[in-house]
Amino acid sequence: MEKILYTITIFSENTVGLLGQITIIFTRRGLNIETLSVSPSAIKGIHKFTVTLYSTQDVVDKVVKQIDKRVDILKAYYNTDDDLIHQEIALYKVATENILQQGSIEELIRRYHIRILEINNDFVVFQKAGHYAETQQMFEELSETVGVLQFIRSGRVAITRSKVERLTDMLEGIKKYEQ
Amino acid sequence: MKLTGAKALIESMINEGVETIFGYPGGAIMPTFDALYDYENKVNHILTRHEQGATHAAQGYARVSGKVGVCLVTSGPAATNAITGIADAMLDSTPLVVITGQVGAALLGTDAFQEIDVVGISQPITKWAYQIRRAEDIAWAVARAFYIARSGRPGPVVLDITKNAQFQEIEFEYKPCTFIRSYIPVPEVNESQIELAADLINNARKPYALVGQGVVLANAETELKAFLDKGNIPAAWTLLGASAMPTDYPLNKGFLGMHGNVAPNMKTNECDVLIAIGMRFDDRVTGDLNSYAKQAKIIHLDIDPAELNKNVKVDAPVLGSAKDTLAALTAKIRKADHTEWIESFQVFIDQENEKVIQREVYPESGELTMGEVVNKISIATNHNAVVVTDVGQNQMMAARYSGYSQTRSLVTSGGLGTMGFGIPAAMGAKIGAPDRTVLMYSGDGGFQMTIQELGTILQEQIGVKMIILNNHFLGMVRQWQEMFFDERYSFTKMKNPDFIAIAKAYQIDGKEVSDRENLDAAIADMLKDDKPYLLVVNVEMKGMVYPMIPAGGSVTNILLGE
Repeated sequence: MEKILYTITIFSENTVGLLGQITIIFTRRGLNIETLSVSPSAIKGIHKFTVTLYSTQDVVDKVVKQIDKRVDILKAYYNTDDDLIHQEIALYKVATENILQQGSIEELIRRYHIRILEINNDFVVFQKAGHYAETQQMFEELSETVGVLQFIRSGRVAITRSKVERLTDMLEGIKKYEQ
Repeated sequence: MKLTGAKALIESMINEGVETIFGYPGGAIMPTFDALYDYENKVNHILTRHEQGATHAAQGYARVSGKVGVCLVTSGPAATNAITGIADAMLDSTPLVVITGQVGAALLGTDAFQEIDVVGISQPITKWAYQIRRAEDIAWAVARAFYIARSGRPGPVVLDITKNAQFQEIEFEYKPCTFIRSYIPVPEVNESQIELAADLINNARKPYALVGQGVVLANAETELKAFLDKGNIPAAWTLLGASAMPTDYPLNKGFLGMHGNVAPNMKTNECDVLIAIGMRFDDRVTGDLNSYAKQAKIIHLDIDPAELNKNVKVDAPVLGSAKDTLAALTAKIRKADHTEWIESFQVFIDQENEKVIQREVYPESGELTMGEVVNKISIATNHNAVVVTDVGQNQMMAARYSGYSQTRSLVTSGGLGTMGFGIPAAMGAKIGAPDRTVLMYSGDGGFQMTIQELGTILQEQIGVKMIILNNHFLGMVRQWQEMFFDERYSFTKMKNPDFIAIAKAYQIDGKEVSDRENLDAAIADMLKDDKPYLLVVNVEMKGMVYPMIPAGGSVTNILLGE
């Protein structure tokens, strides 16, 4: 079966050791986590993990079931890129001197929709948000032209296109069990 | 009520109905052991000789009684010693709560004496692992631990409690846990799944049921019988599903898997609808998945969504407790008659009788065999004992040739296959079922892995009947060496001690038998009272467990021996 990029979304209670519980499920199967992003979700006390993984559907399906099975996980599910609006953010630190030698950077800034976060005598920090391919292309272009001192890219964050809000539905669904 | 954390811990356990604790004291758990001193008439603490023994004893206790097994041990090496039993309980879905002491919260992460990251180590092999650092969390954590361990698909929980939390005084109030919003232990029965499954069964000409431990864990033995009777469906059992149906139940067609019976394995690839009930299609049951039951529509009843479509692609998944799903299915299936299909099992039963069982169970000359010993003891106990096994040839022989007349009668390490499980698990089983005869079959290898627990048997006078099927080899490994490694017996020969003399040192009565004519008398001697006993039976050195499906082979590729 073909390996494609899957995005796994996990909602959990905010307890110690949850990330470890999730990552060992990947480790045990020899799977590499491609990107990872963790933050508090829209609901107080619930954390959201977004994990990307290259795998077959069969494997991602089993992995997500194992994650969902952990006691402190509220809901886990997976999507392909078609189902998602997703974004990554990247920061690039470039030597100011190199930029000045390059001449105008207006064209570059317009083409990549770059934001400039900091300028001083030594360096400039650019920010670009976009899909992986876009932030990567800019990294490669900067590397070839002015050189990049530091580069960092975040894990993916994603929102589903679906009308179904699975966490909300799940929380509604379990109300009947509560006494 | 103001209590120390240590007392709160014990009071919490009493609230959960704990009567027996298997444990071993040490530095970081001493405040709790000190508190336990005042609870002698409320809680029965069994001092094992090793923490691994405590965990297996708790497993044996849980498996026969259906209650949660409880262990209380200290930090560091005690916790790591407990890991084997915790992993075993995870793979075999056994409800355990293992409480480990931990260094004071202020010392966490400093490599303090006997500090180890117990929660981190046990995370992959527990349903839940939690560190209690403050006394006020004790009641909440214990309530949650017992709820998680026993509900849904049961499993082990680890509570790691720091020393300061045991000393702190708190206002104690106990409230049992009945709900965790992120955890749905028993999924509701889905009517459309039931209808789909019932439809398949109603249209089946050759339906066939596979019975796993899920039936026992759900207390669904009655529902199982009603289902099989109404549908007139022949059934077979996995190792952990043993005794969910009595041996003499007419629709019980035997044992599945690598060393199971011929008919149940052959029929897997002949039925038209396969109904798996509370079992997980383990590789020891399925063999090669690419040739497993390809002709059949598959129905899978399980409480754990992660088991559905895990190993075998299923046509009709049925999520829920076997007690609920079997009852719902029984209501929807038509009364049927599959006599011809059921009778078709007989040819394979006869074949196995002739090729394997006659030689193994009824030999008239030559050395003693494992099968005949197990059969004789089963008859002598009216097929009504709790059979505990170690792992290896002794385990397969005990499972195959014991009769079962009531549920929860085979306690064995199935998933993890832990040698050394036998003695401590039998102790726990006897404490959990004091009115039943508890037999423990072991090989000479496994017996020596937890032989120190004879000390526990001595101290507590636990009336387990231990049988060593002694072939002076690590028999199952030797069998594989003979079959698959050109008879290169690499480190499987054992020079053994005088087991009877060792037992005597622990004041345990015993006999050693090497001849057929002395076997019956020795069995009678073992069973004459309810005291601990060791029977050493010297059996043929190169005995083989047949039938055998070589690992990774098809379930129809069954070797029957010469």
